[in-house]
Amino acid sequence: MSRYIVRRLLQAIVTLFVLSLLLFAWLRSLPGGPVSALLGERSTPEDRAALEQALGLDQPIFIQYLRFLERAAQGQFGVSTGVLPGRDALEIFLSRFPATIELSFFALTLAILLGIPLGYLAARHRGTFLDTGSVLFSLVGIAVPVFFLAFALKYVFAIQLGVLPPSGRQSVGINATHITGMYVLDGLLTREWDAAWDALRHLILPAVALSSIPFAVILRITRASVLEVLDEDYVRTAQAKGLRAATIRGRHVLRNALIPVVTTIGLQTGALLAGAVLTERVFTFRGVGHALAYGFETRDYAVLQVLIMMAALIYILVNMVVDIAYAAIDPRVRVR
Amino acid sequence: MSTPLLEVDDLSVRFTRQGQEPFTAVDKVTFNVAPGEVVGLVGESGCGKSVTSLAIMRLLARRGNQVTGSVRFAGTELLTLPDAAMRDKRGAELAMIFQDPLSSLNPVVPIGVQVSEVITRHRGENRAVAARQAAEMLDKVGIPDPTRRLKEYPHQLSGGMRQRALIAMALACEPRLLIADEPTTALDVTIQAQILALLTDLVEQSGTALIMITHDLGVVAGLCDGVNVLYGGRIVERAKRHPLFAEPRHPYTGGLLGSIPRLDGDRDARLFPIRGSVADNIPWDHACAFAPRCHQEGEKCRTVAPDLLPDEEARTDGGLRLLRCHYPLTAADRQRIEEGRA
Repeated sequence: MSRYIVRRLLQAIVTLFVLSLLLFAWLRSLPGGPVSALLGERSTPEDRAALEQALGLDQPIFIQYLRFLERAAQGQFGVSTGVLPGRDALEIFLSRFPATIELSFFALTLAILLGIPLGYLAARHRGTFLDTGSVLFSLVGIAVPVFFLAFALKYVFAIQLGVLPPSGRQSVGINATHITGMYVLDGLLTREWDAAWDALRHLILPAVALSSIPFAVILRITRASVLEVLDEDYVRTAQAKGLRAATIRGRHVLRNALIPVVTTIGLQTGALLAGAVLTERVFTFRGVGHALAYGFETRDYAVLQVLIMMAALIYILVNMVVDIAYAAIDPRVRVR
Repeated sequence: MSTPLLEVDDLSVRFTRQGQEPFTAVDKVTFNVAPGEVVGLVGESGCGKSVTSLAIMRLLARRGNQVTGSVRFAGTELLTLPDAAMRDKRGAELAMIFQDPLSSLNPVVPIGVQVSEVITRHRGENRAVAARQAAEMLDKVGIPDPTRRLKEYPHQLSGGMRQRALIAMALACEPRLLIADEPTTALDVTIQAQILALLTDLVEQSGTALIMITHDLGVVAGLCDGVNVLYGGRIVERAKRHPLFAEPRHPYTGGLLGSIPRLDGDRDARLFPIRGSVADNIPWDHACAFAPRCHQEGEKCRTVAPDLLPDEEARTDGGLRLLRCHYPLTAADRQRIEEGRA
């Protein structure tokens, strides 16, 4: 097992290296650049040239890339030019990361807690109203764009009904101590219940918006997978043994049906990171996605490079964990 | 003859699938099984033999399957039994083993759990005791090193081993009736013989009644006391084993026997297959379903449905025979089949 993990990590390093090359070229091929973003359209050529030189952008691109690699090897990922000018790009990532973890965790938990039971019920009651309803509901989840859903939720629950806060991560007036940067967890750790509750209320709308796609995908995969497993011979064997319904459901149906669902959850983390950019922007939820969106607007190369590379690293790590979990569920794929 | 353990009376199963013509898969099947008796249900694919067994076990989905008639087990009507009571009987008093041992075992649960869960369920034993009994059971069905095998998964076992494990599960609670649905079809020939010998031994030792479902007359010859031949969802012939092999009366039975190559016969003799396929079935309503494939077909066959009647013309001794045919095989017909000429 440990050899397998080491091999996967080595693969991850190669992947990240290739990604850095592509990313570097791709970002610099975008129209505009940090200089235009910082100085505006009506800047003088002299000012532009001076700034370009200061940022090292006057060098040929491969020289820039080599210098980037050289600094990256020393743990230096450059300085922000747009998101928070002057701040270290990695530091920006680290300060924003807890917010995105918190949001993604809630969104994914919501998607799993709703998606798996609903998918199971839909399969068990195939063809009934419950089934058709769940499938339609999940279709809506996939079809409605995340940013539209985010705006709709914000409009209805925050602006019209006023029951939930429209933006931010915590109310301004709250005096909260922050340890991990995940505000709900911080509130619980410091026993500042009001701070935890306030942070949780801020999380609800973005988490619901962000969970819509993973929820829909998990529901559909669970439904399809349970339908398939229900027809399996071993489920009939279990019934022939006179086992209780709960035993058949847990040990014989769900355990087999969840194998493809677990894989899906891993793949969904990618969608989650993409969705976070849109959701965090709509709800001004200051996480990685929010910084990423702002980084694009200001062509903040350093910040974009760090954020996208980190997102890729997380995606790789999550899928590695999923593969390990997969082996725990399915003895047939265990490494011998 | 002791009182029957299982009495199947006019059992019918109709498939009523949405958007499809209703189809009668099992049509008024009636037979009894006495304690310790081995009864064969024989026929080709699609004749309704597996559906009959699933209907007895109440394992057919309620949707799309209409089961009528009566199945009494030790005097209790099973078809109207509440689900919970039926679950108490399944695995404890009636058990079943299936055709394909690999797909019939849960791939992600160790063999030991799959055997011991029947014991914990029906005997209320705790896990440790159940695991010990499961190991004893595996030993009994001839799985070597049972304590190690308990922890293994189905994919780590050989085909014969898997079928033995399934038999161990079915017999773990000493059921009074075992239904074996083509238990040897997915196995190679040497393993088939071992599994059949094992089944015979276990059934003899424990006095368990056995319903053997098969398309293989070789299995019937080695095992069954009484045989029911099914065609198109109906029993077409019933007899004790010896009379049936010595003097098949229904043309379908004759065809099944005629299509087996014989080692002791003339090497140049042609086989005498049944022509056509199950798809050539016609409904039983006003005809004999077998008529389109029958060498004996006469004028009544396409107009009058034959009834299952005592066969008084059969000459072999051996108790009551039943037959559903207008023009049963005579000694001369059998001679023709024997000689391989139609």
